[in-house]
Amino acid sequence: MSDAPATARSRRTAARARGRGPGRRYNLWLGGLLIGTIVAGALLGFVWSPHPPNTMDFTAQLQPPSAEHWLGTDHFGRDLFSRLLVGARGTLYVGFIAVGIALVAGTALGAVAGFAGGLLDEAVMRLVDVLYAFPAILMALLLAAVYQPGTLTAMAAIGIATVPIFARIARSSVLSIKEREYVEAGRALGLGEGRILWRHVMPGAVGPLVVQASLSLAVAVLAEAALSFLGLGTPPDVPSWGNMLREAQGFLAMSPYPAFVPGLAIVWTVLGWSLLGDGLRDLLDPCTV
Amino acid sequence: MLAFLVRRFLTAVLSVLLASVVVFGALLAVPGDPATVILGMNASPAAREALRTQLGLDRPPVERYVSWLGGVMRGDMGESLNYQRPVAGLIGERLRVSVPLAVGAALVACLLALPLGIFAALRRGTVWDPLVTSLSQLGAAIPSFWLGLIFILYFAVELRWLPASGFVPLGEDPVRWARSLVLPVLALGLGQAAVMTRMTRAAMLEVLSQDFVRTARAKGVGQRGVVLKHALRNAMVTIVTILGISLSNVFIGSIVIEQVFALPGLGRLALTAIGTRDFPLLQGEILLYAATIVGLGFLVDVSYGLLDPRIRYE
Repeated sequence: MSDAPATARSRRTAARARGRGPGRRYNLWLGGLLIGTIVAGALLGFVWSPHPPNTMDFTAQLQPPSAEHWLGTDHFGRDLFSRLLVGARGTLYVGFIAVGIALVAGTALGAVAGFAGGLLDEAVMRLVDVLYAFPAILMALLLAAVYQPGTLTAMAAIGIATVPIFARIARSSVLSIKEREYVEAGRALGLGEGRILWRHVMPGAVGPLVVQASLSLAVAVLAEAALSFLGLGTPPDVPSWGNMLREAQGFLAMSPYPAFVPGLAIVWTVLGWSLLGDGLRDLLDPCTV
Repeated sequence: MLAFLVRRFLTAVLSVLLASVVVFGALLAVPGDPATVILGMNASPAAREALRTQLGLDRPPVERYVSWLGGVMRGDMGESLNYQRPVAGLIGERLRVSVPLAVGAALVACLLALPLGIFAALRRGTVWDPLVTSLSQLGAAIPSFWLGLIFILYFAVELRWLPASGFVPLGEDPVRWARSLVLPVLALGLGQAAVMTRMTRAAMLEVLSQDFVRTARAKGVGQRGVVLKHALRNAMVTIVTILGISLSNVFIGSIVIEQVFALPGLGRLALTAIGTRDFPLLQGEILLYAATIVGLGFLVDVSYGLLDPRIRYE
């Protein structure tokens, strides 16, 4: 009987060493909490906000936080908290779509290249190399020149610029998994190449891709804010955190709140995604801890 | 080594060529007639025709591309529609702002990140490691342009130590030149330092866990010797990669920072080019950015070969 606590203790220690114990999961919990609040805020914005986010009130310009305006007001007297809620929606929306595009396209490219090998692999990797030369902001400049700046071009730019990361991860995972014995066994059983790739190889690559998706969401939030700040993202009439920062720039000397509030929201969200990504990596791939 | 260099160089050249196809191809993808898009619906047919001729739209795309690429190789990137001046000259002028900004930021990032990353790795298991790691995680989440705004608020508006915006050329007044770059360089460099600190720590931890480090310790090599002669030397391949990524990141990041501090660099020129639909200027600039990123990647690859002979024989 006296061995039971010791066994439980050693199990906990082993779990911690594998990155699965509660001691290692603080990244996951904290990241989840930070993102949870942003998602909750974005959802809340659909049904309720203390003030209409675009209604101007010239009697309450650049107000500090108060009972009436919880986070203060901007230079048009618009409520910062209400605009923050609406901005959260756009931030999540752009991030999810952009990373979704990259995840699907990058994984497909990398997986097929790694599995097929040969010339196709070489051609896909050259394409990936070229895409590396166009980070999100550069891609956005190019797309904005062709199609005019906007949410869609920002999403496409962030998505295309993120494709190479997923392609490389998918390719390297597939390259290592396709040599395993069970894949060979599948071939010996007469399974088609497509089926082997989809049913037997890809499930092994899911872990690193999920981790990268979370980390890429952090980068996407930063990129979306930067593009909106430059006027290459969300249109000026739609509240977004980057737009709020751009507008606040001209009034810094009069009130810091219009700049503080969206900036802190960006930091909060980026930190959330990156902690979540780290936590997922600890959980799914403890060897890297 | 020569074969390795030639192979890497050819790959880089191919990447730049493909990037040039993407950049040039973008103009072809403009919906409708580019001349009408640039000049607007109210432009006269004669003006539109003249612009079409200037852009070479009356010639087949392949011929235009070859002619443009030939020009780029000779340093002739065409003429800006907005400024009515050679694109190469305009870019050259703006590089005097963007290059010191990017190099300064990369220096700040390296000077902070390398010691901090190594320090955190060596202090694993003490309070210092999680402290440095947490601070760098927080730092990496702060957008450089927001940090720039905060710096303007405190160091320019409140304390009045440094200018909030503008640029003074080096030749005009070196002191004011340096003062105009301090805040942008710090805003750009600090975020990058945070990212690099985490990467340096991870690289050092990996090397410190290798057998040869344990062997060196067992032979009685002191901490300084282990770190400087064995660990750091072997972590250099990763650290050089980090430097390359860092330089690319700050060069691209300078586009946003120039907007915050109203610096007349390449980034602001590109944004103006978008506003005025100045395609020749934009093509030249984007190709320059893309080629710089490829070029930095090539230099990183070359340094791999120099630092680790195993890589050049792979």
